[in-house]
This record gives sequence, structure tokens and C-alpha cells, in this order.
Amino acid sequence: MKTKLSYMDSVHRAGRIWNLSVMAMLLLFPIGVGLIYQAMPDWHGFLMGIIATAPMYWAVAVIETFTYVPMLGAGGSYLSFVTGNISNLKLPVALNALEQAEVNINSEEGEIVSTIAIAVSSIVTTLIIILGVVLITPLTPVLNAPVLAPAFAQILPALFGGLGVVFISKNWKIAVAPVLLMLVLFIFVPALNAGTVGIMVPVGVLFTLGVSRILYKKNLL
Amino acid sequence: MHFDVNSPVLFLLAGIIIAAVLAQSVFFLVKAWRRGKAIGMSGAKLKRIAVTAAVFTIAPAVAIVISVITLAKDLGVALPWLRLSVVGSLSYETIAATNAESAMGLTFGQVSSLTASQYVTIACVMTVSIMVGIWLVPVVGKKLQNGMISLENRDKKWSDIFSSSMFIGMISAFVGYVFCDFSGVFQGDMSGLIPVLVMLVSALVMCLAGLLVKAVKWRWISDYALPISLIAGMASAIPITAWLA
Repeated sequence: MKTKLSYMDSVHRAGRIWNLSVMAMLLLFPIGVGLIYQAMPDWHGFLMGIIATAPMYWAVAVIETFTYVPMLGAGGSYLSFVTGNISNLKLPVALNALEQAEVNINSEEGEIVSTIAIAVSSIVTTLIIILGVVLITPLTPVLNAPVLAPAFAQILPALFGGLGVVFISKNWKIAVAPVLLMLVLFIFVPALNAGTVGIMVPVGVLFTLGVSRILYKKNLL
Repeated sequence: MHFDVNSPVLFLLAGIIIAAVLAQSVFFLVKAWRRGKAIGMSGAKLKRIAVTAAVFTIAPAVAIVISVITLAKDLGVALPWLRLSVVGSLSYETIAATNAESAMGLTFGQVSSLTASQYVTIACVMTVSIMVGIWLVPVVGKKLQNGMISLENRDKKWSDIFSSSMFIGMISAFVGYVFCDFSGVFQGDMSGLIPVLVMLVSALVMCLAGLLVKAVKWRWISDYALPISLIAGMASAIPITAWLA
């Protein structure tokens, strides 16, 4: 007899199938190009390139998985880790949608809201990139115009200003300590910059969880 | 067969993979939408979530198109199109391409043509180095989710605080990042103030939107407050940069 899967189980099953299929397809791109043009990789270049690139990004990916999955929900996680741009697009989209719908990510409604927001965001992003690729010749001088460069260089501050004020004002008791810690670290530790912010996210998350636990145990929340 | 970084066959291969990713997004959207209706969520509510997400996505997506244009100078259009539609980001792809090119004696940004072998090598490095998240989520995702749900069932209040704390921890890291060049102000370099002021403009617009919602009770302002604050912040960066850079 066929067993009926719960919604969450079916999301995990579908997510596994989709993600592993997309991974296989991604690997087939360089293999396909190599077969079509009868070209092998430059193995020395590949090895040196991997050694220089992979260790840091593999470590970051492991940290991001454990940090972001509980925030994105199941469907949102499978989609986000395939379509990318998590911290600068998918997570803010999901957070905003959860806030608007006034639901918690751990509820079934929260799971649905997060998945819909991330799926729509992924579809719109993909379509806009397709449009950009089709119109790349006329768009290049417009999008590369020096007058617009500062606007696109400041997307993250513009994004986290709006998002931050909502969440920090609603959770100010929890937010004071981690915001102060991060301000001190980023202002006074020169090694912390745009390239290391991804590593500081789990630091911020763990520190905030610790502070929250203490406040919760002392009945201050 | 003659190799060219903008050969139609490369667009075909990239297009097939991007179509599959698009299909995955549509699949999850339809699945979540149906489930939402089944548990009693109204169509209007689901539609509002979708429209807000779509509007919010436009500006960051245009920034991703700019990244495609940046990488296309070295790699042609097809590979950056694929990489930035699936998993990637400008910072990662640039680092991966730079490392792969320099390992073969090339300089990123100054490549006039690539051989098929060089192209395959760069594509391999960019692909393999970013794979972990795609397979790790299927491996640990369910366990992590179940852990969160069991936390919710054990102690609802702590579970809510736990979720809020994760969000606040993430946001605090990015708020800190906005100040990463701020120390230059102490030496007279005012450019470190640019992101800080942009963030303040965006936060101010969000506060004004909140006040407007309370004053005039227009729900749509609340729905679009984040995209509006994002665009206002980005627009403010133009005069602020001209002033301080």
C-alpha cells in the first residue's frame, strides 16, 4: 500500500531529488563543453585553482548551511542553496514575507510563506538575468554608467537599513549586545570587511543565541 | 570545432540547466501555494506575499545582471549567466575565476581570448568550489528542520526567541559590516561614512513608512516598505558618494 507522505516529508523528498539533479547537471556543463570541443582541463591549473578557492568556500558553505537552513525553512533552503545570493536576497525576502504575514518559520504557515517568497524571488531573478543577457549590448552602457555605480555598490547597506530597523526595534533587548559587538569588531579589526562578513554571520548568531538564553533564563524577555 | 566563449552551444548548455532551476522554483511555488490553500490560507494573502517578493527582488536582480556584464569581459556571457543564475555571487565567481586564470598564467580582467581547455578548467574550478551547499542541504536539512520543530513543541516561547535571535545575529553582522571602513574617518577619509549614511537613509524611510501605515492605515505601504527603503537607500548613495568620496 502506498504511504501518504506529510507535506514536510514530501518537501524534503522533492528537495533532495531536485538539488542532487541540479548538482549533476552543473557538473555536466564543463564535461559537456570538454566533450563538444574535445578539450581536457588544464589539470595543473584546475588543481591550483581548486586549492586556492575551494577550502574557504567549502568551509563557508558548511557554516552557511547550519546557519541559514533553520531561518529559511525546508522548501526555502533547497531553493536558496541552488539559486544562491542567500544573504543579499533570499533571506531578506523570506524575513520580510514572514514579518508581513506575522508567522513563525517553524510553523507550517511560515514554511509556506518562506517557500513562496523565495520561489518567486528566484523566478524573478532568473527572468531578469535572462532579459539582461538578451539585451546585454544596449544595457551594458546604461548599467555601467558611472552615475549609477554608487547605487549598486551600496545595495547591502540600503537593504539592511530597512530590514534592520524593523527587527532591531521589535527585538531591541536581544539586539543591543550583538549589534554593539559587531560594531566594535568591524570598526576596530581591519581584517573584517566585505569578504569576511559571511564568516561573521554565524559568530553573530551564536553570540545572540547565548545572550538570549541568559536573558530568557533570567525572565528578562 | 572552433571554440568561442560566446558560442551558441554554450548558451544552449547553460540555458538547459537554468531552465531546470527555473522549473524547480516553479515546482516549489506551486507545491507551497496548493498546501497554503489546503490549510486555509487565503488566495489574497498568498498573492500579496508573492507580489511583494517579486517587487523586492528587482533591484538586487539588476545588480546581478551587472555582475554578469563584469564577468563577461573575460568569460563570455554564457558561463557568467549560468554561474550567477545558479548558486553563485559576484564576489565568489570573481575570486574563483581569478584563481583559475592565475593558475594558468592569465590575469583576470585582461583576457582577450580563451582556449577550450582554459575555459573548461575555469568552469570546473567555479563549479566544484561552490558545490557543498547544494548537496549538504539534502544531507542535513531534514535533521535541522526536525530539530527546530521539536524545539517549537518543547518550549514555544524559547523557540520564538531562538528564531528571532538567529535573524538578529545575522542582521547584526551585516550592520557591523556597514561600518567596516568607518575607522578611516578617524584619519580624515570620509568615504567610510557613505554606507553608514545610506543605511541610515534606508532605516529612516522604513520608519516613515511605519508611521504612515499607522496614520493612514494603508496596508500597501507596509507591503512595499522594504523595497521602497531599498530603492531610497540606493538612490541616496549617488549624492552621498558625490559628497564624501
